[in-house]
Amino acid sequence: MLEIGNLHARIADGREILKGVDLAVKAGEVHAIMGPNGSGKSTLAGVLSGKPGYEVTEGQVLYEGRDLLAMPADERARAGVFLAFQYPVEIPGVNNMYFLRAALNAVRKQRGESEMDAGQFLKAVRAKLKLLEIGEDLLQRGVNVGFSGGEKKRNEIFQMAMLDPKLAILDETDSGLDIDALQMVSRGINALRGPDRAIVMITHYQRLLNYVVPDRVHVLSAGRIVKSGDAALARELEETGYGAYGDAA
Amino acid sequence: MTDTTAARNLAPLREGYKYGFVSDIESESAPPGLNEDTVRFIAAKKGEPQWLLDWRLEAFRKWQTMESPHWAKLRIAPIDYQAATYYSAPKRQNAPKSLDEVDPELLKTYEKLGIPLNERAALAGVAVDAVFDSVSVATTFKRTLAELGIVFCSFGEAVREHPELVRKYLGTVVPQGDNFYAALNSAVFSDGSFAYIPSGVRCPMELSTYFRINAAKSGQFERTLIVADKGAYVSYLEGCTAPQRDENQLHAAVVELIALEGAEIKYSTVQNWYPGDAEGKGGIYNFVTKRGACRGARAKISWTQVETGSAITWKYPSCILEGDDSVGEFYSVAITNNFQQADTGTKMLHLGRNTRSTIISKGISAGRGQNTYRGLVRVQPKAENARNYTQCDSLLIGDKCGAHTVPYIEARNPTARIEHEATTSKISDDQMFYCQQRGLSKEDALSLIVNGFCKEVLKELPMEFAVEAQKLLAVSLEGSVG
Ligand SMILES: Nc1ncnc2c1ncn2[C@@H]1O[C@H](COP(=O)(O)OP(=O)(O)OP(=O)(O)O)[C@@H](O)[C@H]1O
Ligand SMILES: [Mg+2]
Repeated sequence: MLEIGNLHARIADGREILKGVDLAVKAGEVHAIMGPNGSGKSTLAGVLSGKPGYEVTEGQVLYEGRDLLAMPADERARAGVFLAFQYPVEIPGVNNMYFLRAALNAVRKQRGESEMDAGQFLKAVRAKLKLLEIGEDLLQRGVNVGFSGGEKKRNEIFQMAMLDPKLAILDETDSGLDIDALQMVSRGINALRGPDRAIVMITHYQRLLNYVVPDRVHVLSAGRIVKSGDAALARELEETGYGAYGDAA
Repeated sequence: MTDTTAARNLAPLREGYKYGFVSDIESESAPPGLNEDTVRFIAAKKGEPQWLLDWRLEAFRKWQTMESPHWAKLRIAPIDYQAATYYSAPKRQNAPKSLDEVDPELLKTYEKLGIPLNERAALAGVAVDAVFDSVSVATTFKRTLAELGIVFCSFGEAVREHPELVRKYLGTVVPQGDNFYAALNSAVFSDGSFAYIPSGVRCPMELSTYFRINAAKSGQFERTLIVADKGAYVSYLEGCTAPQRDENQLHAAVVELIALEGAEIKYSTVQNWYPGDAEGKGGIYNFVTKRGACRGARAKISWTQVETGSAITWKYPSCILEGDDSVGEFYSVAITNNFQQADTGTKMLHLGRNTRSTIISKGISAGRGQNTYRGLVRVQPKAENARNYTQCDSLLIGDKCGAHTVPYIEARNPTARIEHEATTSKISDDQMFYCQQRGLSKEDALSLIVNGFCKEVLKELPMEFAVEAQKLLAVSLEGSVG
């Protein structure tokens, strides 16, 4: 589903952040990406989702066989690429529910499905809200405005559940969650797991991986994937830290 | 993503100003220039009574002693008042009695503008008075309204049919010498709309006027007078468009509203005059005086405006709250894109006891647009327990535009309670990316954010207008995000 080959990317000041990332994620798989602060995890997520401000200097990314980097950000989203933001953005004045409905209809249109009317939409919303134990009042507020850190993360997963993406990239969605919220979010992620979908989770903590057991675990250090393994690698890292990989770049 | 892909995506949606066509209609005009003869010419053309001619001449003499205001934060190229034409009317034999008699070319124009001039209007519940250049063309639904005693007609017709009403109220809210543009209007106004709602009557439909400037080098000076007698209610809509021309055209209107005891007038404007091109060439100078007086206890006047067009907007719809417990409201959205300038706001003058006013102003600046909110809240010594709430929000798109807030507060009674809140925000790249990552195009994202920003004002508009206004906001901001 996703094939990243020798991906190099730099930021506006010319500094190269990704220095040859190779990664292949097949449909049905869940991958975890771990690595020290500043190693380039969010940059990778940004480049994959089309966030402005990065320049790809080398390498390529194929998504379902298409050149992902050639697609504008909104087209990627409509083609099924979803990013759960490390820092979800506040949009004052725009009702959360209204926003989600506009997004869902844009995505559905792309899939050749009909627009959802208010009634159908509300029904779909209620079902997902229950799964994630989110209060309805959150939907009537401005997008992420005044949400607590945990509420923002839950709202990201709620949006993901509604939009039903093929490739979900979760950037530290588990950070800042209390134990109950972590379980809810994990439920949301596991519910999305399926043979047609792929999930890439960026995380610092083993505890998420106890609930959502990954097929593969990768260590990103200084802009390169320096080690890959199965779920056991994450447990190993929890004990030994990144020290062993720090100089790999 | 590169800029070129973004530009490509935007291109098909960029429809520009779609009302910029010129209609091929023969018109009859006054010779260019402005002197007492021009004023007499206009009055004679309209067959006006002597008292009105005298009133005009008085205004003209005042105007000659006045100077155009310079306190607004506007850069205005000097206007040659002698070069303009002050009267331009579609040529025809006699006034049309029904729609069938109206010049088909004219009707086509209105069709293009999407105005429901014929029976479709009935379904929409809109009675339309259409002003083309200077003359009111057709008034629909007069009969339905007449049964309730409601008068809704062109200003010229009101002068003929209801001179006592016009004479009683004309100039009582905006006197002839009020300001430079109002004096000019009083001298040379051509036509406009008139409405009178009798005591206790609730007008069952939205009354509506569409203004259109068609002829080249002409100014438009319409005059609107609306009177709601005791306990009456009326909601009035005004829409405006103009052809796309390279020179600037002047629009100096006067609107007077009078609400007597317990009456309510809701006045909504969607102003979409031609804003000029992307380089700042052409466009309408919209210098308008709008004011309402609450002349009795519990009267209410509410202004709602969506200002998207015009090269320059100079406009301060105001309320004089004379009656005890009377209420004034001002809801405004003003957009300036490219080289547009707007200096707009309101005056709330509290004279009566327990008078209340609310001001919600939303200014949106994009391109090199400059947007100023200018407002005055004055509480006079006798206005016990007056209250005002003002909220002034500015939204910036890009970094070459400007937003300014100039609130004046004069409280001359210690019991006054005045609250003022102001915010300025900018649409961030992160917000745009967040929306796009959820599947929304740049245009949809922008329109979502802008409509969210304006929703407190848009919800004040009648339903069918709100939808139109939302689309207009999106069109006005086209090309403002790259
Ligand atoms: N837009 C940007 N402008 C300037 N520097 C940037 C930008 N994006 C990323 N960087 C820099 O690139 C490096 C990698 O950042 P990135 O956010 O990808 O790290 P990360 O692995 O996600 O870290 P964390 O675990 O702390 O979230 C950092 O040094 C960061 O400061
Ligand atoms: Mg990060």
